[in-house]
Amino acid sequence: MMMQQATQAGGQGAAAEAQANEFLTFTLGSEEYGIEILKVQEIRGWEQPTTIANAPDFIKGVINLRGTIVPIVDLRIKFNLGDPQYNQFTVVIILNVANRVVGAVVDSVSDVLTLAGEQIRPAPEFGGVLDMQHITGLGTVDQRMLILVDIEKLMTSADMALVDAGTVH
Amino acid sequence: MASITVLAVDDSASMRSMVSFTLKGAGYQVVEAVDGQDGLDKARDRRVDLVLTDQNMPRMDGLTLIRSLRGTPGYQGVPILMLTTESSQEMKAKGKAAGATGWLVKPFDPKQLVSVVRKVVG
Amino acid sequence: MAQNSGQNDGDMAQFHAMFFDEAAEHLERMEALLLELDIERADSEQLNAIFRAAHSIKGGAGTFGFRDIADLTHEMETVFDRIRKGEMPLSPELVNAFLTSGDMLKALLAHSRGDGDAVAAEEVDALCARLRAFLEDGSGTASAAQRHALELIFGPFDARFSSKDVDAALSDLADFGVMQELPQDPPKKGGRKKAVERRFRILTEVSQSDMVDALGFMLPTDKVKVNALEPGAGSAGAQLVSGGAGDAGETQADGAESFGLFVDAATLPANRAAAAKGAQDAAAGAPAKAGVTPLRRDAKPATGAGASADAASIRVSVQKVDQLINLVGELVITQAMLAQTASTADPVLYETLFNGLAQLQRNSRDLQEAAMSIRMLPMSFVFSRFPRVVHDVAAKLGKEVELRTVGEGTELDKGLIERNTDPLTHLVRNSLDHGLESPDEREAAGKPRKGAITLRAYHQGGAIVIEVSDDGRGLSREKILAKARERGMAVSDGMSDAEVWALIFEAGFSTAEQVTDVSGRGVGMDVVRRNIQEMGGRVEIESAAGIGSRISIKLPLTLAILDGMSVRVGGDVFIIPLGYISESLQPTADAIKSLAGGQHVVAVRGDYLPVLSLAQAFNARAEVERYEQGILVILESEGAKTALFVDGLVGQHQVVIKSLETNYRKVAGVSGATIMGDGRVAMILDVAHLVGLANSRLGKAA
Repeated sequence: MMMQQATQAGGQGAAAEAQANEFLTFTLGSEEYGIEILKVQEIRGWEQPTTIANAPDFIKGVINLRGTIVPIVDLRIKFNLGDPQYNQFTVVIILNVANRVVGAVVDSVSDVLTLAGEQIRPAPEFGGVLDMQHITGLGTVDQRMLILVDIEKLMTSADMALVDAGTVH
Repeated sequence: MASITVLAVDDSASMRSMVSFTLKGAGYQVVEAVDGQDGLDKARDRRVDLVLTDQNMPRMDGLTLIRSLRGTPGYQGVPILMLTTESSQEMKAKGKAAGATGWLVKPFDPKQLVSVVRKVVG
Repeated sequence: MAQNSGQNDGDMAQFHAMFFDEAAEHLERMEALLLELDIERADSEQLNAIFRAAHSIKGGAGTFGFRDIADLTHEMETVFDRIRKGEMPLSPELVNAFLTSGDMLKALLAHSRGDGDAVAAEEVDALCARLRAFLEDGSGTASAAQRHALELIFGPFDARFSSKDVDAALSDLADFGVMQELPQDPPKKGGRKKAVERRFRILTEVSQSDMVDALGFMLPTDKVKVNALEPGAGSAGAQLVSGGAGDAGETQADGAESFGLFVDAATLPANRAAAAKGAQDAAAGAPAKAGVTPLRRDAKPATGAGASADAASIRVSVQKVDQLINLVGELVITQAMLAQTASTADPVLYETLFNGLAQLQRNSRDLQEAAMSIRMLPMSFVFSRFPRVVHDVAAKLGKEVELRTVGEGTELDKGLIERNTDPLTHLVRNSLDHGLESPDEREAAGKPRKGAITLRAYHQGGAIVIEVSDDGRGLSREKILAKARERGMAVSDGMSDAEVWALIFEAGFSTAEQVTDVSGRGVGMDVVRRNIQEMGGRVEIESAAGIGSRISIKLPLTLAILDGMSVRVGGDVFIIPLGYISESLQPTADAIKSLAGGQHVVAVRGDYLPVLSLAQAFNARAEVERYEQGILVILESEGAKTALFVDGLVGQHQVVIKSLETNYRKVAGVSGATIMGDGRVAMILDVAHLVGLANSRLGKAA
């Protein structure tokens, strides 16, 4: 089980600014996505969650993350991408968004990249499988194209069914 | 310049806090005591430069504290002010007889308190 | 609400919270003492304590600017001063007036805190007048009750002074007697140009010194002089201020102080600072360079910590305590996981490890108990309000009652204390109203005229038991069965007493002939039971005709922990709070009947209960296909029953309740979650919801 503390503690001043341009990249289907590293708490392997009564199929259940109960969403199912497998290669990104801790299953996690201003272009016409309102831009590094996602907005959106409308933590 | 220590004796926590906060803000050191007995104990443990004491307290009231302090070595000359809501002549006479240096009528506001303390200990 | 205009509200506001807490404590003590007073032969220590309580509140109220509270407590203090000095007799009317005053003070405090509505000024004035009335007809002996004339001089005020306070003072003074304004003295030589002085003559019974005290509340004490106008009414010219040297004649509102000295100002350390050091008494307090011993750290009120009058305790914020308890809960879970993991290892080979784990378990359990005990408060916090409730209700109903409390020191989690007050109040009122007979009835039955209600609390295992018992007429089996039949409930004469008593928990059930306004229309008992169940507890009734009744409430020691039965459905474990479980059984195939619409019911001792498959309700996959291969857990909530179908039972556990909603959202049918010994999450069932679901489906199908 790979556990990686991706978030750095206490960046101040220039360090924090630098962090703001750091993105964790992962693949989902045929696209590569990038999300702010600051929203990532850790990366875990797969463990069988406890199912939640009457939850949609893309919410796999909840796990015990060192004493906290964390819901796990399988983005591959949510966006209808192929046939999801659960094995030793399955990756779960534990996110810290909107004062909640939630986990998202993706195809694979790549690396952490720093993007300079000029490497980021405005949001394209297409967003892969994601709703355009969740896309913040397009990143280009070497030959790679990263769809930059506002992961907080995505995970708290109504159709992700993680958050009751109107509840703020 | 060394600072001046005031012993504030009152069974009301809110009053003690107010006095403490006000006098510390004016540069004094403040020690709090919750009743006469506690005040006497604290006065014996350390040197204080001024005693402010309420009258009505459990265990030992203000007048008894004043008398006891006057009987304690080192405290014959330390100024002691009685804080009291009873400004009657009778209470003042009792205070004087017990050995108080002066009195201060409650309720008072912070500025009054600081000004009085300055007048007494500088 | 009147505010003392001299204070800087912002500075003072930070002390308000402390004052409110202190005042509340004083009021509680005062009420308790008043109720304990033996009117014929009052204990002087108690009288003094009551006086001191009023006096303390008055002091704080005056200092922090709550004039209405200060005024009322001043009246109370004046009356009680007479009583404690023996100048006035105590009477039931007086005690009641004081109890009412205490209530009004609570309301005034609540309003000042922002917690309640304003109290009409007329009401406060009326109560003050009522208290003063005692002074008039009750003032037996020594103090001079005859009227005399006093001269009141207000001022001199400079232009900065607001006349509002003077006007307010004048209207208050009108209560003391007959006022008459006198023409002003011509301005003093050398006085400030705009200095204004007002003179009045008042014909009053209030003594000169009391007048001085009273005025001290209304105006800056250096702005008032009270002179006797007739001989024999007191010494001449009592001023509020005698002033140190040089203070007399100062007119600035902020320059003069309301203080005085008994000694020559020249002897004060402030004025001796320049004098030779050697000549002085070492303790004279000249700016001492001698090392002052380190002071005790006084935490600011804003941090929520400080010393209370009992110097052996500290105030800590609830969040800090909760966090500590959370962390300890985590520790217990981790330790359980370790134990589980190690259980597969060879105990002989890993003997040291096993010993260590056993020790760890003991340590964590101890730590958990200690942490939870921080939140524990004694039952006296709940019981303390009942003397008053019993006193008032008994009086209203014309019954004579003695209230006994046992086990006041028994401790209970703070959160539960608050939630217990309403149910217990309802039960006590029930006993008073329906349980206890009138004094005549009791005498006819050979009982003492005074009925007894006992509140008892004790620990039993990991739970707390709270009992409300009375020595009244007891529950009537016949009446309850009759009423149940009337309401079409399925009852039989063969039911056990316990089953019959349990009927009174049904909504709308009341066998009282008349509905009195004291305990309401019997809507209470079902709410009481629901409240208790929501706390994870259960209620039981015992009763014997002619002898009395006893209602026992069993609660877990804390809200964070639950006694539950774990059950299996598919690969998941669910926890059912024990308080809702009647029994569990393995059904036979023929016990289950189908209804049109696909609903199933099961026959249990002649009763048909709806069957709810947990797998189906939660859209999970059950392992078990047929009913006779699984287990039915009979649940009861709010009078309705359901048979919950699960794969099997796992065991009984005490679990730590964790929130699902912190990171997710509310799930219907689930009230929370917990982490089991194997580290996996288990859902805690919301029984009320499931029972409701099953019965409403049944309603549709039938």
